[in-house]
Amino acid sequence: MAQGAFQLAREGLRYRGREGQWSWLLHRVTGIGVFLFLALHIVDIFLMSFGEEVFNELLFIYKQPWARIGHIFLFFGVLFHALNGIRVTILDFWPSAWRYQRQAVWVQVVIFLILFVPSALAIIMSMLS
Amino acid sequence: MFESLAARTAHQAERSGNFELWAWFFMRVSGVILLLMVLFHLFWMHFVIGVENINFAVVAERWENPLWRIYDLFLLIFAWTHGANGMRYIIEDYVHAPGWRVTLKTVLLLLYFALISMGAYVIFTFRAP
Repeated sequence: MAQGAFQLAREGLRYRGREGQWSWLLHRVTGIGVFLFLALHIVDIFLMSFGEEVFNELLFIYKQPWARIGHIFLFFGVLFHALNGIRVTILDFWPSAWRYQRQAVWVQVVIFLILFVPSALAIIMSMLS
Repeated sequence: MFESLAARTAHQAERSGNFELWAWFFMRVSGVILLLMVLFHLFWMHFVIGVENINFAVVAERWENPLWRIYDLFLLIFAWTHGANGMRYIIEDYVHAPGWRVTLKTVLLLLYFALISMGAYVIFTFRAP
């Protein structure tokens, strides 16, 4: 498995797929990240069954400073994955849009920044207050 | 080598029927639904309610309304199924040793059913004290 990871990294750097390749890679990485958070989130909500004390005690996890940083990563991951997935879906169902595929990545980046930057600022502000 | 690979792929396709086609289709449809549902969920819980205000009482009050329970149930089913299938793609792509493949896919399937049961259980059975 380690050999596979090494080969993956080497081929990934050698293959110059530009925007498409990097958004594909980031789609996978953010997907894994959101999946892991979702697993934690389902478990924490499950603890609602055990009553107020157990649930509120667990919430300390989300009040840690590193959890707030993780929070920004979560917004980054969810927003990137959502917008990139929509781009892929549009290109899958409307092949006529392929001629604009490179521009589509940059439209996606702009929409991403419009959503992500205010969200991240809001999280940082609430962290500081 | 290519011959055996092609034969194996054809054999698998025959055996699995249209499963992969449906999985591909599901990822797109659930992705579009999740874009709307997850972004609304994040916006609501993080910026309207405020993530630092979330506790047992807030979730209990939210679940007084059956519509929120239905919303959360759909969120659980779509997000967790989408995520688990994405993880399956990653295993298929990078884990080539047959033993590891079967092991990881079995663990993933067990994790999938365990967490979806836990989430559905609390949504259906939770009663505010």
